[in-house]
Amino acid sequence: MASHIDVRIEDRREDAQPPSGKGHPNTCPSCGSHYRDDELEQNLRVCPHCGHHFPVRVRERIAQIADRGTFVEHDVELRSSDPLGFFDLKAYTERLAQAEQDTGLGDAMVAGAASIERRPCELAVMEFTFMGGSMGSAVGEKFARACERAAERHVPLVAVTASGGARMQEGILSLMQLPKTVSAVDALREARAPFVSVMTHPTTAGVLASFASLGDVIVAEPGALLAFTGPRVVQQTTREKLPDDFGLAESNTRFGHVDAIVRRPDLRPYLGRLLALFANGS
Amino acid sequence: MAAEPKQSEIEQLRLRERLAKLRNLPLIGGVSVGGELARLERQIERIATEPSADEVWHSVELARHQDRPYTLDYVERIFDDFVELHGDRSFADDPAIVAGLARFRGRTIALVGHQKGRDIRERTHRNFGMPYPEGYRKAMRVMELADRHGFPVFTLVDTPGAYPGVAAEQHGQGGWIARCQLAMVRLTVPSICCVIGEGGSGGAVAIAVADRVLMQENAIYSVISPEGCAAILWRDASEAKKAAAAFKPDARHCLDLGVIDGIVAEPEGGAQLDFDAAAALLGDGLAAALDPIADLDADERRRARRARFRAMGVFAS
Repeated sequence: MASHIDVRIEDRREDAQPPSGKGHPNTCPSCGSHYRDDELEQNLRVCPHCGHHFPVRVRERIAQIADRGTFVEHDVELRSSDPLGFFDLKAYTERLAQAEQDTGLGDAMVAGAASIERRPCELAVMEFTFMGGSMGSAVGEKFARACERAAERHVPLVAVTASGGARMQEGILSLMQLPKTVSAVDALREARAPFVSVMTHPTTAGVLASFASLGDVIVAEPGALLAFTGPRVVQQTTREKLPDDFGLAESNTRFGHVDAIVRRPDLRPYLGRLLALFANGS
Repeated sequence: MAAEPKQSEIEQLRLRERLAKLRNLPLIGGVSVGGELARLERQIERIATEPSADEVWHSVELARHQDRPYTLDYVERIFDDFVELHGDRSFADDPAIVAGLARFRGRTIALVGHQKGRDIRERTHRNFGMPYPEGYRKAMRVMELADRHGFPVFTLVDTPGAYPGVAAEQHGQGGWIARCQLAMVRLTVPSICCVIGEGGSGGAVAIAVADRVLMQENAIYSVISPEGCAAILWRDASEAKKAAAAFKPDARHCLDLGVIDGIVAEPEGGAQLDFDAAAALLGDGLAAALDPIADLDADERRRARRARFRAMGVFAS
């Protein structure tokens, strides 16, 4: 038992539940206030009472940060396949079909061209509710193509991450999405296209250990868990006492891993200002 | 279960026996495949496209065998004049990763590898081969040193994974694993990686982004430990064998999926039975992988490496 300490980087849905995982999704887990859905949407899914950041679905996120009507999605048809014929308690293909039905998305990332405060860019946004935002071949491919389009158009890439890590149903090929996305960022850098990484709750394991950490600028939402290994596994394997803010955006900022914590209402103007600064240099 | 083995199973066994006899070749399936060997491999593939669950599990057991040779066991047998370099030039020296310069068949190379411990004391000292970010920073600075001086880089992978502790997180475990991969993508010198035991997820791939990636016959390379996968998907860690059969971490499957370029043979029964023979085979494997890429144009080689990893994965569109 002790000879193999579990250090997986897989989809960590269990310990990476969004804070609203318990109770009604529109009840604030930190102050208990309850909201109608349209109220929350109007407030960018930030609790008007205490400032807690609720999770945001991918389409809504794009509407929050992109200029109205500018988003053009690419690689809509791209889907995961099942290279290993993976079957646990359910077939992987069945889990994929279920996730697509539940989310209306082809996989855990939506990517395309957009403008933010009138600055053209490429956007790659992850959806946590699609199999824990896990990264398999399709997510890696969408990200890599977004890098290539940004390089070709000489525009910045903005990635918004929310992921439990690599998708273990694709075995070693999911691990290979780490060097794949890292390679894509290298090509993006060679083309001198800027890359802004926005980490939202949770950004963990394989996504943190690859492209998300390679942004020219890295920002995080308040309270987001940003950890290679989630608190439950760290606690179980090391029996260390965890600090209260273990792995949170705030502690990551204190230790120097993040440039800034940006509250959701400030995110769009923040990105606009950054993109303008990058545009002025080239 | 049927008492009588099926005809195809008998056939497969026979072919596997013949294949085993041919296994004194340094590499199977990738860099130097003999014609006879390739034909047998294809025949086996037709009969049984993949190793059985038992064979996969046998690899898992051998990859983690406590008597298996570790990085420094190979270093003393394969390389001359090894000079170990210590420290990340920032904070600490991580004993879970060894790095240094050495001579390999007449030329200077840089070596980076995970290091596990043999007895309790050394195991603790080496942290069971689980690096902190400091280890990846040491790896990066030695690889960048090699790049400046034109030395090929060899990496040996053998880790259950990067260390999952509070301090490791505070020091930026995820970010350094990402940056170590990027440093390898950018190298202008040739790089060869071999997984010699456990290739445990992000902690392994951090030093495995090489021009040629090999695996020893009984090594495993995986996104998660079988126990971890079983605990999540089967909700029962004791289903590890089932999980391993499902996510296929063995060398044969990794080769079929295009993740590695070749398999380095081990002595009959596994590397733990004969360190010298295992080292001789590994040395030949490393040389066979390095030779064809050693003299390529540096920029071309770097681009080919990047393209190789860019192409990883299987999807539908």
